[in-house]
Amino acid sequence: MRSDETCRKLLEAIADLPLGETQIMEVCGTHTMAIAEAGIRSLLPKQIRLISGPGCPVCVTPPEDIDAVLELAMEPDVVLTSYGDMLRVPGSRRGDSLMRRRALGADVRIVYSPVDAVEIAAQEPEKQVVFLGVGFETTAPGTAAALLTAKERGLKNFTVLSLLKSVEPALRALMATEDFAVSGFLCPGHVATIIGEAGFRFLPEEYRMPGVISGFETEEILTAVYLLLRQIADGTPTIQNAYPRAVRPEGNILAKQMLQRAFTLQRANWRGLGEIPQSGFALREELSDYDAAKRFRIHPGQAVLQNGCRCGEVITGKLRPRQCPLFERVCTPEDPVGPCMVSSEGACAAAYKYQEI
Amino acid sequence: MDEIITLDYGSGGKKTSRLIEQYILPGFSNPALDVLGDGALIPGSGTLAFSTDSFVVDPLFFPGGDIGKLAICGTVNDIAMCGAEPKFLSCALIIEEGLPMQTLERVLQSMHDAAKKAGVQIVTGDTKVVDRGRGDKLYINTAGIGYQKHALAGLAAVRPGDAVLVSGTVGDHGTGVMLARSGMMEGEIRSDCAALNGLAEAMLSCGAAVRILRDPTRGGLATTLNEFTEGQNFGIELEEDAVPVRPEVRSACDLLGLEPIYCANEGKLVCICAKEDAARLLETMKQVPEGQNAAVIGRVTEDAAGRVVMRTALGGRRILQKLAGAQLPRIC
Repeated sequence: MRSDETCRKLLEAIADLPLGETQIMEVCGTHTMAIAEAGIRSLLPKQIRLISGPGCPVCVTPPEDIDAVLELAMEPDVVLTSYGDMLRVPGSRRGDSLMRRRALGADVRIVYSPVDAVEIAAQEPEKQVVFLGVGFETTAPGTAAALLTAKERGLKNFTVLSLLKSVEPALRALMATEDFAVSGFLCPGHVATIIGEAGFRFLPEEYRMPGVISGFETEEILTAVYLLLRQIADGTPTIQNAYPRAVRPEGNILAKQMLQRAFTLQRANWRGLGEIPQSGFALREELSDYDAAKRFRIHPGQAVLQNGCRCGEVITGKLRPRQCPLFERVCTPEDPVGPCMVSSEGACAAAYKYQEI
Repeated sequence: MDEIITLDYGSGGKKTSRLIEQYILPGFSNPALDVLGDGALIPGSGTLAFSTDSFVVDPLFFPGGDIGKLAICGTVNDIAMCGAEPKFLSCALIIEEGLPMQTLERVLQSMHDAAKKAGVQIVTGDTKVVDRGRGDKLYINTAGIGYQKHALAGLAAVRPGDAVLVSGTVGDHGTGVMLARSGMMEGEIRSDCAALNGLAEAMLSCGAAVRILRDPTRGGLATTLNEFTEGQNFGIELEEDAVPVRPEVRSACDLLGLEPIYCANEGKLVCICAKEDAARLLETMKQVPEGQNAAVIGRVTEDAAGRVVMRTALGGRRILQKLAGAQLPRIC
């Protein structure tokens, strides 16, 4: 059944809400893409601005971490396994990426799940197989499962380089930034399946910030946008679950236990947000044999700046993609300066790909 | 940073265009090549269509086809898109040391079957074996020739209002192969790999004013439509709802973070024809097995010149770009 009629009604209801200039933020890269694809921004009333937040895991990975990954890929006998998204992301030097390193001889392989990387390690014992863990609570449990499986099987040649991050500390850091002017969050449905509604209650309880957990179909997003704007209009901040078919109040207990068993939260560097305490999933001490950072002595380098790249401001919603002077002129998906243009969930990639006219 | 060849240069998208335009064309420019059609047209006592293609697909066998069938159909289709009747093919095999003979035999049998079905003969060939590790099992190059039967007017004849048609569901080959490679949803999606010379012949002899034919292989439908409009004084408006996509291809693409209109096809063609002939042409296409799911998917416009615009289901309009680089599956 097509939902066009429902969408039109939701848009009318949104237009009828008594709201002045209002900014809301989506904090999920999949939402960013879905919103751009359906052209939702151009369908909302002019005074409502929907901006993208730090919801793309590839984008929030800082350039110094990418540089470390590129170096690691060149180590002899290392097989670097990664999701496809990471391959074109440039390090601090433009044009330098895993795609380039692969052409130069690095053994970089795309996997669809960290479990595939464990399998490679079992089949090629003469290699050092490293899985590049990038993502939020959505992907972290899968990585945890892979780690625990590798340990169970006693694999000596499998490690994880964890650049995994947690959403909550990032939202807290974002709300603490100067000139933060967002009145509500469209909360990430996929992350919420893991951490549940409970994982977002801090928003209204501690910050009086409204939040609505949203699914990914156009109709679901518009429903969530409507509910969020209504909360803002009514001045009654709470967490609403507009994605109940997937998200339970308590989340996924098993996945959360898995996270606990494999990781502890440590400080981590974020592009655009800097260092945030307790925000990165680091491997637990008892799994240190499986920690690529330890095995290959990777020390996060000094924070580096990329020439003119303003992805950090895009990620924090301070700059819209088209306001960046590099957008389309210098920075394109074929030849990106920063990750937002090249990640399949990046705000700039979405704006470039889905130019509304 | 010194430029090197990465996988993106082989994606069929923007980087491939750059490789061709910046590095290859300047040194080899000639009238037959510069058109950059699917094949070259060589004038003489009749006009000869000539084309070549190399095949490096991994895995060698996938649901719906294999590298051998692909090598025949790919070149047959390039000739057919020129309005010519493919007749003779060459075939060069580059084999990696260690390939089981049985595998080679299966591929050759499949080439034989595909050639027979398409009505072409392989009349010359070459075989090389490279050291283990210097190739990936088997690469095949084919070239083909045939006399042009129907002269196509080409992009210069395209007029606002003209109809854009596709011969069936898009993205089947690209997603089928990607799934076969990943081991996920195995066998659920079959490549559409097929020879289109029969379909093209039916279309070109039904009397409809067909301006141009092209097979949307790498880069998919979106990239081919962009090739049509690039540098032209017309645009193309595509109706999102009108593009045929199998539901299983759509779900696989959702899962992998890809879009069917950017995924490769190996048994589909796109065509532009005069508005008044569209219905008749569509009817003709539907009577051929390779065209049974054909559809009118858009029209040529005067505005948005040089661009492809997609009208979304909700009524929004957005610009459709060429594929940027190789399609890579995403994180979640």
